[in-house]
Amino acid sequence: MTSAYWAVDNSLALIGRSLRISTRNVEALLMAVMLPIMLMLIFVYIFGGAINSGTEYVNYVVPGIIILCAGFGASTTAVSVTHDMVGGIIDRIRSMPVVSSAVLTGHVVASVARNLVAMALVIGVGLLVGWRPAAGVGGWLAATGFLMLFMLSISWLAACLGLLVRTVDAAGGATFAITFLPYVSSAFVPVDTLPTWLRGVAEHQPITPIVETTRGLLMGTPIGSSWWIALIWFGGITLVAFGWAALLFQRRTA
Amino acid sequence: MDAIRVSGIGKSYGGQRVLTGIDLAVPAGSVFGLLGPNGAGKTTLVRILATLVRPDAGRAEVAGHDVLAEAFEVRQKISLTGQFAAVDELQTGQENLVMVGRLRRLGRAGAKRRAAELLDRFDLAEAGRKLVKTYSGGMRRRLDLAMSLVTEPPVIFLDEPTTGLDPRSRQQMWSFVRELADAGSTIFLTTQYLEEADQLADRIMLIDHGVAVADGTAAELKVRIGGERVELEFGSAADRVLAVADLGAAVLTSTDRSVTVATTGSAAEVRELLDRMEKLGATVDKVAIHRPTLDDVFFALTGGNPR
Repeated sequence: MTSAYWAVDNSLALIGRSLRISTRNVEALLMAVMLPIMLMLIFVYIFGGAINSGTEYVNYVVPGIIILCAGFGASTTAVSVTHDMVGGIIDRIRSMPVVSSAVLTGHVVASVARNLVAMALVIGVGLLVGWRPAAGVGGWLAATGFLMLFMLSISWLAACLGLLVRTVDAAGGATFAITFLPYVSSAFVPVDTLPTWLRGVAEHQPITPIVETTRGLLMGTPIGSSWWIALIWFGGITLVAFGWAALLFQRRTA
Repeated sequence: MDAIRVSGIGKSYGGQRVLTGIDLAVPAGSVFGLLGPNGAGKTTLVRILATLVRPDAGRAEVAGHDVLAEAFEVRQKISLTGQFAAVDELQTGQENLVMVGRLRRLGRAGAKRRAAELLDRFDLAEAGRKLVKTYSGGMRRRLDLAMSLVTEPPVIFLDEPTTGLDPRSRQQMWSFVRELADAGSTIFLTTQYLEEADQLADRIMLIDHGVAVADGTAAELKVRIGGERVELEFGSAADRVLAVADLGAAVLTSTDRSVTVATTGSAAEVRELLDRMEKLGATVDKVAIHRPTLDDVFFALTGGNPR
């Protein structure tokens, strides 16, 4: 067997590990699913009546909730990574003939898988509360692929943050910005309703083009240039986060 | 052949010297005990040898490979059982073992077979299906050790393997270590328990503040602070004065009522001593033989109390 074969087998073993651990971390799993669902219900039934988005609000807000859910779920990768770094398991893996950064890959892949499941649940609840997407099969596939890229980039970014902090508690706090960004975007309200100074922030932060693309793919609203701006953000975040994570990992473990 | 060879290893963390000029050699198939108080640098040395930390100075070879230049080769020959059980709480014992087996390139089926064998051997067959978070401290350590033995590496590092264990679990851990040694593995063990080093190690190095203060077999170390002593306690201070006058330079220490002299510990010698006192007319109330322990060595050489 070649070393490439074993590299893949090692990664699979570590992905399996992260997936098993994810499914057993009941509190985190409940949080990842319940929070977006609660937010959806709050926005649809409580704020929704007062927000004028130009369409049925539920149709406006669900794509935003999906993004919020994916971002929140992916950012929990930071906690898993920090947990490994402060526990003894990382030393065990590093003292074995294994490409040890595969531990990070395991967490990232498991994060994407976990978040796809959470997203499916959010979509299900969205349909129950009256969300009526316009997308056909092609639109759904495109949206799923697009959201997976989003989850992947955020998971790598979260892995970096997880390597930067020294305690599991700090890891939870470090990802605050990721979970907060959707509020200052077009996820919940149209950007042109914001005060001018905030509109500039909202229009140029990555979440807005990501939300607009998702909304366009699922609801048929115009996408314009959003899709490629979003893809550039994904590519940029993933590349930088991946390289940075590799560097941090090496430094943390030197 | 030496399984581990270390020369001039030094390490600092931010200006704080943790290890200075450590030299040692561990013959293949022997048990080496690194003994020292908390913060002496034991874990740092283990981490250097296990390729986890880069030394600032010196060279170290494990199983014939340089720990810096050939880290990957070293990792194929070693296992590390750290101070804190390196197990996943949210996996079962069996899953933890299979994971290690796959990382060690046994393949899925091979890893499962090996996991079952190890669960049996370490008395975890029943617990193997349960999540590790339900395990006791002793069970965790056993699983931790089992995870280190998945591929029976020739060199095994055990960093404080019994710290925090109850006496029964400690005994059990000791018997596992003896079994491994009997099977021919080289074992590098750190401990802050003198008794543990005495029980398990063929050779012992005593370190304090990152510096080696003594090394040798347990017996050699004990000899360094002198042999056995016999303490005679007399019925009266006057008797003790008589004894001191008679024994002269042989007296090592004396108190109000007692004198201590060197002895080989043999019954004949002690009897002779008592006869001599009787002839002198000094009444001996009590006799105590003191055998030096590693504790004595430890305190004598580290010059202080355990921290």
